[in-house]
Amino acid sequence: MAKSYVSATINGESSEFLCETQQTLLDVLRDVVGLTGSKEGCASGDCGACSVIMDGRLVCSCLVLGVEAEGTSITTIEGIATGEKLHPVQQKFLEHAALQCGFCTPGLIVATKALLDENPNPTETEARYWLAGNLCRCTGYDKVIRAVMDAAAELRGETVG
Amino acid sequence: MSSLSYAAPTSVDDAVKLLAGSSGLAKVLSGGTDLLVQLRSGRVKPELIVDTKKIPGIIGIREENGGFVIGAGTPGAVVEAHAGLTAAWPGLVEALDLIGSTQIQGRCSLAGNLCNGSPAADSVPALFAANAIAVVVGSKGRREIPVEQIPTGPGRTSLAKDEFILEFKLPPRPARSSDAYLRFIPRTEMDIAVVGCGVSLTLDAKGVCTAARVALGAVAPTVIMVPAAAAALIGHTLDADTLAKLDAAAQAAAKPISDKRGTIEYRTKIAGVLARRTAAIAFDRAAGIKNGKAH
Ligand SMILES: Cc1cc2nc3c(=O)[nH]c(=O)nc-3n(C[C@H](O)[C@H](O)[C@H](O)COP(=O)(O)OP(=O)(O)OC[C@H]3O[C@@H](n4cnc5c(N)ncnc54)[C@H](O)[C@@H]3O)c2cc1C
Ligand code: FES
Ligand code: FES
Repeated sequence: MAKSYVSATINGESSEFLCETQQTLLDVLRDVVGLTGSKEGCASGDCGACSVIMDGRLVCSCLVLGVEAEGTSITTIEGIATGEKLHPVQQKFLEHAALQCGFCTPGLIVATKALLDENPNPTETEARYWLAGNLCRCTGYDKVIRAVMDAAAELRGETVG
Repeated sequence: MSSLSYAAPTSVDDAVKLLAGSSGLAKVLSGGTDLLVQLRSGRVKPELIVDTKKIPGIIGIREENGGFVIGAGTPGAVVEAHAGLTAAWPGLVEALDLIGSTQIQGRCSLAGNLCNGSPAADSVPALFAANAIAVVVGSKGRREIPVEQIPTGPGRTSLAKDEFILEFKLPPRPARSSDAYLRFIPRTEMDIAVVGCGVSLTLDAKGVCTAARVALGAVAPTVIMVPAAAAALIGHTLDADTLAKLDAAAQAAAKPISDKRGTIEYRTKIAGVLARRTAAIAFDRAAGIKNGKAH
């Protein structure tokens, strides 16, 4: 079976890859492009560990075909920090100990980034609903939500004591 | 390995030709939130995937002849962000918005929800209640059919192999019209409806219902219209007697199965309760009462 040639912008850099139709964007990111930050928790859209931002929209990369990436712009967890400098969302996840095993964390951070891009001042309820598709077996979510609210405040330029 | 091909045609004609010309199973792709799960599990084994999203007009919302036209593949997040559509059809928008998570909303479409053929599909009772028309395209041209003629059973539709839905047309809204959708689930997010109910109606200046459509989900092999429930509303205000008749009509129409989400008895009772609550919200909205509360 001939592979398809796909060209997309991944984390701001143009990228080209070959993939089979049945390969998901998650398969392609991890196994072809070599970006293994996005995780496969379920492969059925339920856990959010594979979350990426595609043309400005948060999606599960396990529910996108690799071939659908043609011509799109994709941000993965690897594209959130600026060089060595962590993004405030990443920094706050560390400060608030919002992770234990860390498997859900790439997805949660990408999803939080997408939330704050769209709504810089979410209520806690809005944040909880936005992140309902990101499952975490370890933290109980409370520390995650505290990290998200604190990161939002920091990005708005407010200092929280 | 399988020999699965993919095409992303940029015109209706090309898409139809691809579907018609495929020797094996060809599947139309919108958001993929059902199809990719089924591919992965091996439940569907197509030979060809025809991605419709590059076809002009299939994603987006426009106003035409006083009504709205929603592209078949428009993601939930795009629909929800449309202020005019949300004002005219809050029930349809809230039903689509209930599907899955933020991530799913970035992709899920009305056409996929309808054509996946789940009796519990959330946007479908609202689409039925709205009297939406599906614009179907295929080798024989273009036809417009009421959405309730599309699903024929779990996972099945009336569409021919070379046909797909291009867009949905919603009729113009008379004054004092609105709609509502409620589903019953044991959780607050990310679950499949035990029962779903869509109601769309129009009131006169005195608050008497002059037109209504009621649809129920997850109580039969497909989403169903309940004309007797609509008849219980038409000609009445929402008094206790009307509510009781509506409840009875919804229960009588419900022919559910027992499964892990609920027994036959439970689902039947919930169908009545949801019909009352959904109608109450639609009445309030049509009367201009914001954030319609359940009576
Ligand atoms: C985690 C998760 C949660 C979910 N939660 C819900 C929920 O709460 N409520 C709910 O109702 N559903 C839910 N779903 C199911 C799914 O998201 C919806 O049914 C969605 O609307 C499907 O739309 P899609 O565009 O992704 O369809 P696709 O997967 O692209 O297609 C679904 C089916 O429709 C066909 N099809 C697609 N477009 C067309 C067209 N234009 N013409 C003809 N046929 C077409 C396809 O061939 C396929 O058979 C959930 C799914 C996941 C993964
Ligand atoms: S791996 Fe994609 S949602 Fe779980
Ligand atoms: S930290 Fe382990 S799953 Fe979230």
